[in-house]
Amino acid sequence: MAVDRRKFLRLTGLAALGVAAKPIGILAQEDIPAEISGKLPQENPLTAKRWAMVVDLEKCRDHENIKDCAAACHRVHNVPEFDNPKDEIKWMWEEDFRHAFHEQEIEHLPEKFEYTKVPLLCNHCDNPPCVRVCPTGSTWKRESDGIVMMDWHRCIGCRYCIAACPYGSRSFNWRDPRPFIKETTPEFPTRMRGVVEKCTFCEERLAQGQIPACVEAAKNDAIAFGDLEDPNSKVRELLRERYSIRRKPGLGTHPEVYYLL
Amino acid sequence: MYDAGKVIVGLVIFLALLTFPTWYNVATGKATYVPELEKAVKGDQCVADTEYMRAEHMDLLNEWRDKVVRDGERIHTAPDGTKYNMSLTMTCLDCHSNKANFCDKCHDYLSVDPYCYDCHIIPEVTK
Repeated sequence: MAVDRRKFLRLTGLAALGVAAKPIGILAQEDIPAEISGKLPQENPLTAKRWAMVVDLEKCRDHENIKDCAAACHRVHNVPEFDNPKDEIKWMWEEDFRHAFHEQEIEHLPEKFEYTKVPLLCNHCDNPPCVRVCPTGSTWKRESDGIVMMDWHRCIGCRYCIAACPYGSRSFNWRDPRPFIKETTPEFPTRMRGVVEKCTFCEERLAQGQIPACVEAAKNDAIAFGDLEDPNSKVRELLRERYSIRRKPGLGTHPEVYYLL
Repeated sequence: MYDAGKVIVGLVIFLALLTFPTWYNVATGKATYVPELEKAVKGDQCVADTEYMRAEHMDLLNEWRDKVVRDGERIHTAPDGTKYNMSLTMTCLDCHSNKANFCDKCHDYLSVDPYCYDCHIIPEVTK
């Protein structure tokens, strides 16, 4: 063999250069026609500095209205429905006023509140305890608009966040959810067994320029959604005019779902 | 060597049996089998070059995943300026709508089992 060490090294180097240069050649091709496939997301998504929700209990106290909102939410997000309450997955659900606001310790509740149902969901706290405990960083507060996000690709199902959340807003998939989804919405993924899930303030709909599904489904504008940092927004207007309460404010989580009495 | 004849015959039979799968595949033409993928049902341009997509689509999908979920960026701009929605279900499977004849063909051949479809929904095949 006439290839000595020096020649071998030179050849290896040249070959490596050739391999490295190949991808550049691919990128340089620019004879691509402009045929678009797939629906492009809206170029004008809904944005805010701090998303917040205001629920008017005067308009939303009735069970049917809340049920419709929750059903709309669960339909667009492929939330399964289990018979066994221990397996329950919920993004939005209803609770008696007394139970939802037990920390108010109201001894003599006006009668209408005894029968008031309250829609509950993730509060998208300003100081979210679930984010602090997540070991994989699969839940975090979005800096741009304050939404407490989840990356279901990264959730390992340790359920620390479920323990940390004082509002019970997070559910764990104990079983494969797929067979228990009544109508599947193909645009949105399902989850798999061993993953935690919760409301995301419909961030995928906001990106398309749509308001959250529950806000859309609520009758009589019972739920308002808007930018808390914008003094002229609908939510700020309502909070200026009416007396509002939040769930467990004493914990310092700063929930961003307000309830008008 | 004792019983040299028997040992050598035995070795030959053993080697023939050991290499049987290789010979069998060569003889039946299975060794040259390459999966043939179904052409996209619509659109004549992919988000990137075929060569690149063939080798690197998994990296591209991971990049899209991180951009959409983590950074809230949803529009991919190809080098020629064409814009695409960064979505497996809504963009990739919109053209390559038959997963069984596209994704699965290669994945089965290479015996890889990506978990994309544990959560992402496979569109129904329409004819």
